[in-house]
Amino acid sequence: MGKRGSAGLCRKEKQKAGGLKTKTMNNNEPLWEVFIRSKQGLDHKHVGSLHAADAQMAIENARDVYTRRMEGVSIWVVESKYVHSSNPDEAASLYDPANDKIYRHPTFYNLPDELKYM
Amino acid sequence: MQNDLFTYTLHLADNNLLMGHRLSEWTGHGPMLEQDIAISNIALDLIGQSRNFYQYAATLRKDSATEDSLAYLRDTREFKNLLIAEIPNGDWAKTIMKLFLFSTWQFYLFQQLINSSDKQLAEIAEKSLKEVTYHVRWSSEWVIRLGDGTEESNKRIKAALEEVWPFTGEMFLPTEYEKSLLNTHVSVNVSDIRNSWNSKVKLVLEEATLEYPENKNTWMNTGGKNGVHTEHLGYMLAEMQFLQRAYPGCEW
Amino acid sequence: MMATEELRKIFNSKIAEEIRIEPKDWMPEDYRKTLIRQISQHAHSEIVGMLPEANWITRAPTLKRKAILLAKVQDEAGHGLYLYAAAETMGIAREEMVDQLLSGKAKYSSIFNYPTLTWADIGAIGWLVDGAAIMNQVPLCRASYGPYARAMIRICKEESFHQRQGFEILLTLCKGSKEQKEMAQDALNRWWWPSLMMFGPNDDASPHSALSMQWKIKRFSNDELRQKFVDVCREQADILGITIPDEKLVWNEERQHYDFGDINWDEFYNVIKGNGPCNKERLAARVSAHENGEWVREAALAYAEKKNKKQVA
Repeated sequence: MGKRGSAGLCRKEKQKAGGLKTKTMNNNEPLWEVFIRSKQGLDHKHVGSLHAADAQMAIENARDVYTRRMEGVSIWVVESKYVHSSNPDEAASLYDPANDKIYRHPTFYNLPDELKYM
Repeated sequence: MQNDLFTYTLHLADNNLLMGHRLSEWTGHGPMLEQDIAISNIALDLIGQSRNFYQYAATLRKDSATEDSLAYLRDTREFKNLLIAEIPNGDWAKTIMKLFLFSTWQFYLFQQLINSSDKQLAEIAEKSLKEVTYHVRWSSEWVIRLGDGTEESNKRIKAALEEVWPFTGEMFLPTEYEKSLLNTHVSVNVSDIRNSWNSKVKLVLEEATLEYPENKNTWMNTGGKNGVHTEHLGYMLAEMQFLQRAYPGCEW
Repeated sequence: MMATEELRKIFNSKIAEEIRIEPKDWMPEDYRKTLIRQISQHAHSEIVGMLPEANWITRAPTLKRKAILLAKVQDEAGHGLYLYAAAETMGIAREEMVDQLLSGKAKYSSIFNYPTLTWADIGAIGWLVDGAAIMNQVPLCRASYGPYARAMIRICKEESFHQRQGFEILLTLCKGSKEQKEMAQDALNRWWWPSLMMFGPNDDASPHSALSMQWKIKRFSNDELRQKFVDVCREQADILGITIPDEKLVWNEERQHYDFGDINWDEFYNVIKGNGPCNKERLAARVSAHENGEWVREAALAYAEKKNKKQVA
């Protein structure tokens, strides 16, 4: 489970004011990036992301979500946290240039529990 | 003879339509967005397959039958589907179990049907096999996930297996119309595929930490293939056929 | 490390030059917050939007219509997913967005709080609701935020068949029996005004618009799009042979547009507030799906964890 795993757990309990019954288990299916190479294609292209419990599920979900109208495609899935990126333009990038994550994704950041609405 | 071919084709079409219809009841209500899409995909596959069978069946008639007149204007006693295709979805576990047992059967059936002397049936089987292979894989994985997941999921899939198992016997009992088509190698002898089906099901259930209902001597429900259905079919058809019945003879 | 003012200048010039802003680029906090709200609201709309149509899948009158409707609704789920994925790049988890929807905190397009009473409604939704959505969506393919624009391009490609199928349903009804034609007219009567409301309040009553336009996450004003929609639909209604329920809908030679009547903004705000015909049911259905699915999601995670442990061992 991502870094935010246990932090998310506590926050969820606090957010019960929303009225939803949430159990004491982190329901965060990890995020996966999906890359598809079409039948006539040469490379795998990034098409988006989705949630799945494991790689097998991720591939099947990718097939169902991103290749519904295509045949003979190749699918790659990678858990988002394992994708690293470079900053093409250091000057204009995020306030933390050393950060090589592809998104400003909450599971990538260790946020304190008391922080709301972020 | 022609009549038997017609009935056999209807049987194959009805299986797909009703199973697809049941699965489509999950659309918008799935446990996760990704699964909503997945199960709708499978429903779409099955409905597509049923259309191929209905369209072929329509050509076997001398009158002006169409895929729609066959699907929408027959009453329950004229439907020839396996009962497993019409029983309610229940929870996710029951739906998965139904789909797993049914699609595994379809897989072995179509694998044989590809060799049918009837070119049309063979072609439809071939087109459908790729999709059905995926259905088997997807549903097997879910059986395993649920069987070997949490205590609750194991309880539910176990209950599902108990509930659905009595509808599997029918899959391997050939009807008269199936038997009559064997001589000309049109139909598949379903009693022949029982062993393959058993092995595959056993394998998956074991990995799912579920007990294979080996010598339980379960009473099997039958009759669907001959038009004697459960009470559920009536309600399904009432819903499905309503518009065609309320506004007869219209184009949609 | 650059000063904020420098970063802001770079951000603004990218906007001006139509260069996409990507997830890791510096952006004003308001821009990020507004985008999260806009994208997630759009995602929620797709998901809730599945419900009024899904309830006719089991009653679709032909196999072809059944298959098409199922494919359409499934597309909508997919669109919701693309959009949630785009929003997630901004630092909010899917789970949190789902929470916001189910707890009633987040909004979704109010049109989906209306009931689908007849088969003709399915046609009307395709023609009018998807039509209005397309009008909103095509300009967003050029939205300034990269992941949003790319999601929109993907969505627009798939959307084109949605409107066509709706229109075709109505066309078939209008060419059919007297009762079928009445069904079509009745659906138009009920879906017309709510569709106009989809474009949001009048420009002068729209709080978020100005900034969104500046940031190019909104490319045309509410009134501009609404006018375009009326003009297009009026002519399409003529092809169908049914009448838009607005006596004031009349061609204005001077403006070169159709004039149209006043929208009942009371109804609009009431529906947004939760007093629409189906608000409670829609939300209840989504809450139910989520809660009933909890054990399933837990099982999938538990199984994945077990497998992980086995592999590592």
